[in-house]
Amino acid sequence: MKKIEVLGTGCKKCVTTENLISEVAKDLQLEVDIVKVDNPIDIASRGIMSTPAVMVDGNLVFKGGVPDREEVSLWLKD
Amino acid sequence: MLEIFTKLADLISFDLLGLDPSKHFSQSVHFFIEDTTKIFALLTVLMFIVGYLRTWMSPEKVRDWLDGKPKIFAYFLAVTLGALTPFCSCSSIPLFIAFLSSGIPLGVTMAFLITSPMVNEVAAVLFGEAIGWDFTVYYVLTGTLIGGFGGFLIDILKLEKWVEPFVYEAAFTETKMDGPKLSAQKRVKMSWDETKDILNRVWIYVLVGVGVGAGLHGFLPDEWFIEYAGSDNLLAVPTAVIMAIPLYANVTGTIPVAEVLISKGLPIGTTLAFIMSTVAISLPELVILRKVLKPKMIAFFVFYLMASFIVIGYGFNLLY
Repeated sequence: MKKIEVLGTGCKKCVTTENLISEVAKDLQLEVDIVKVDNPIDIASRGIMSTPAVMVDGNLVFKGGVPDREEVSLWLKD
Repeated sequence: MLEIFTKLADLISFDLLGLDPSKHFSQSVHFFIEDTTKIFALLTVLMFIVGYLRTWMSPEKVRDWLDGKPKIFAYFLAVTLGALTPFCSCSSIPLFIAFLSSGIPLGVTMAFLITSPMVNEVAAVLFGEAIGWDFTVYYVLTGTLIGGFGGFLIDILKLEKWVEPFVYEAAFTETKMDGPKLSAQKRVKMSWDETKDILNRVWIYVLVGVGVGAGLHGFLPDEWFIEYAGSDNLLAVPTAVIMAIPLYANVTGTIPVAEVLISKGLPIGTTLAFIMSTVAISLPELVILRKVLKPKMIAFFVFYLMASFIVIGYGFNLLY
């Protein structure tokens, strides 16, 4: 199961990103582990400055905004 | 170019709705139609352009540019980039830690952090449209000056002691992201999404603000403020600054009201102080910053900003 981390301190865009990922996962009928990282210190220690950001299994795939639905399904599928 | 909105409002309120132009109520309706159509059109076009340019900016780039620059130059760069790069307030803590741990001085970091929310592009656009583009220039210049000087003050007073110590112990190594460069198409999409996002967030404030403005426009007697809050009333500026604090994020609604207040004789300095206080001092932002700044620093930050706005308010009232 993929581990998806959504990094952000709880702003609206972070919530949108998180919801989008769970929606896409549901559509694709994939089980994923979505973890919210909202402690700013944890975010900084992962080397991220622009939030919301998304990490898949520890790799940074997106930062500084809300991703597209297509992008999200690519991360979840491969 | 913007007369088209006056004509549109003429057409709708007098021709279509058949209102009598000499009535207060008709004046209010006319004002409401003209201002909402104008503000939404301007916001859409300008936010899209700003959003497109912004796809080339990021906090990571700002950090790289500031890193290792001579101090004076770094201040100048910090406030300029701060004015140009708005970032989500939820990024301010990771950004703060990343800047300090890469050796960028606290003063320069704070100059960036103060200027960024204060010079707000939505406010700049509405300011120009409602009050005059020369005031957009004053707003941007005083905003960057307050940010730069605030950072400089933190530097000479050596306020590093008011930063939570763990910040200096944190090690920040940027995690790079590989991937293709952004295509022009993707940039257009990003800026359009951003524009929609901003409109989504502010439309209600625009309607409420213009609605209140329209009401005042038709019914408040001209020069009402000269009598009650003119530049000879010394309490008006501090009162405006304090009243603005809880209005945060509603700057889009505040400016259409300010437009009417100015036409009714509210002095320009008082208005400028009020609007700057609306955008720059935000309680949620202070709560977030408390995670890395000690209470003394938060208090310093708020008092410095309030004092600056009061000075700006008096200054502009004297000049105009």
